[in-house]
Amino acid sequence: MFYRENGQFKTSYNADQQIFPIAQDRWGVLLLVALAFFAVPLLADEYVYRAILIPFLILSLAALGVNILVGYCGQISLGSGAFMAVGAYAAYNFFVRVEGLPLIVSLLMGGVFATIVGIFFGIPSLRVKGLYLAVATLAAQFFCDWAFLRIKWFTNDSASGTASVSDLSVLGLPVQTPFQKYLFCLSFLVVFGLLAKNLVRSAIGREWMAIRDMDVAASVIGIRPMYAKLSAFAVSSFIVGVAGALWAFVHLGSWEPAAFSVDRSFQLLFMVILGGMGSIMGSFFGAAFIVVLPIVINLVLPLLGSIVGIEVSTAALTHAEQIIFGALIVWFLIVEPHGLAKLWSVGKQKLRLWPFPH
Amino acid sequence: MGFFLETLIGGLMAGMLYSLVALGFVLIYKASGVFNFAQGAMVLFAALAMARFGEWVPLYTGITSPLAANLIAFALAAGVMFLVAWVVEYLVLRHLVNQEGTTLLMATLGITYFLDGLGQTIFGSDIYKIDVGMPKEPLMAFQSMFEGGLLISQEDLVAAVIAAALVAALSIFFQKTSTGRALRAVADDHQAAQSIGIPLNRIWVIVWCVAGVVALVAGMIWGSKLGVQFSLSTVALRALPVVILGGLTSVPGAIIGGLIIGVGEKLSEVFLGPYVGGGIEIWFAYVLALGFLLFRPQGLFGEKIIDRV
Repeated sequence: MFYRENGQFKTSYNADQQIFPIAQDRWGVLLLVALAFFAVPLLADEYVYRAILIPFLILSLAALGVNILVGYCGQISLGSGAFMAVGAYAAYNFFVRVEGLPLIVSLLMGGVFATIVGIFFGIPSLRVKGLYLAVATLAAQFFCDWAFLRIKWFTNDSASGTASVSDLSVLGLPVQTPFQKYLFCLSFLVVFGLLAKNLVRSAIGREWMAIRDMDVAASVIGIRPMYAKLSAFAVSSFIVGVAGALWAFVHLGSWEPAAFSVDRSFQLLFMVILGGMGSIMGSFFGAAFIVVLPIVINLVLPLLGSIVGIEVSTAALTHAEQIIFGALIVWFLIVEPHGLAKLWSVGKQKLRLWPFPH
Repeated sequence: MGFFLETLIGGLMAGMLYSLVALGFVLIYKASGVFNFAQGAMVLFAALAMARFGEWVPLYTGITSPLAANLIAFALAAGVMFLVAWVVEYLVLRHLVNQEGTTLLMATLGITYFLDGLGQTIFGSDIYKIDVGMPKEPLMAFQSMFEGGLLISQEDLVAAVIAAALVAALSIFFQKTSTGRALRAVADDHQAAQSIGIPLNRIWVIVWCVAGVVALVAGMIWGSKLGVQFSLSTVALRALPVVILGGLTSVPGAIIGGLIIGVGEKLSEVFLGPYVGGGIEIWFAYVLALGFLLFRPQGLFGEKIIDRV
């Protein structure tokens, strides 16, 4: 009844080409952003910020980047963790070594270096596809793991191999309490989300999708595969790199290369697949699902255990988490292979007809 | 020279073990087009089963002869792997027929998590030993040819022999038996195989069973070498470059790829490692595979990739 585009007439091309052509979508998104900025801080406490909100924001930014590469351009990548690491360590080096460099500039420089590394490791994609490419990107993952662990220069020669930053501030405003960190990450996410949403519906985004759907056919109609694939790698790894820098700087504070191991790459890929490939919205759904699921399992299982009278040990909890996580992924793939974003769009379609479905 | 040869032989032996894991990948990929990421988890699961049954059998049945106990444990572990294969086919693969490769890949990643968790819940998550009587002391060879001779690990030698035997048995199974022929038919063309009356589902169960047994043998050998623990499941990541190098569809490719990777890893670690700070084994294998890929995208022995528009 409320969600339909009847009566919304477009009188100019600009109106027709808006990011959200339907007024309800437009207001809905604006409302959501306003809620995230103003209402959530009233409700959230410190635990919620640290355990759920900040990881969710940063990981959905990373998932957004991975989705551009995997979902829009169809190049499977298992090296996203490595690009996060490159972003984090490059930003760290700029932050520590260049006196007085603003925080935002350091973070963006992290993204720039991740872009360079991403393009370099994207070169095999010109020759190999699919599973072979996935394994080729693992080379990036293991190389970066090794480089950041063994080459002391990257960690500013710190004895323990741990990089750490403190006393972050932006334009004189401190980014130290969970609330400030939350707002900082949220601003990044909103800006990048808007950019990504725009990018994927532009000429370059359509090139990516053409390459994804069939690269030979795309090159026949005049799309340059090299340009399209490498630009997807570049954009994707820039976003992932910035997310990595945020993860290290804002969420962790002090970190080791293990924070960006191959498990992180798998996690990001899970987010994209479960959320929905080739959907900006899907990245958020996927990230929310993956961030919240372990927390829910950790809360519910001991409760269930105490009802049946079984003491659930930490080890058992970890294993149960793995079992449930694995089973849920398989179940999801069977029930809805197109991800949560598909459910979302089905829901919207239903809502358009409600309350009079034919 | 002696040292170089020693490294080379060590690399070849390690390569044999890699190819054993890689073989599991190739078998399943050939028969069902599924890139089975869970092979590493299956190795861990099988090794855990083997280790614990090896403890439990003498404990509960009173069988004292280690040979008999190990045989029973092996049979039980194989049974567990058959069960895993059947469950995977019945609950997962059957529902994902005709899905894209990436979806299937993700499904096997899900299975990986599931098996890792389940294995450690059932069998425990400590470090276990598998004692199947592998000889531990190294062997001196060619003492007349080199000064000081060559130091060869007997354990590796036995492992390599077992691996070779397994490969031989598998190739006989594939070439000579009617089931093997059916498997090859399915690998060539699903639809054609189905239309001449080969039951796809049963073939998939069989091939996962075979991959389970291969995982069991691999787990047994790796386990008796390194001990059975969670890190065993990462051998899958070590074996990935092997499959890529050899080609996803080729059994000889898995063997030769394994040998190349094994030798490359060891030689690079010994001769290149000291200059860059060591620990380069893992990524070196990947970079090696990547280098090959740039020139032969289908791997050394893979079928040529043909695009149809």
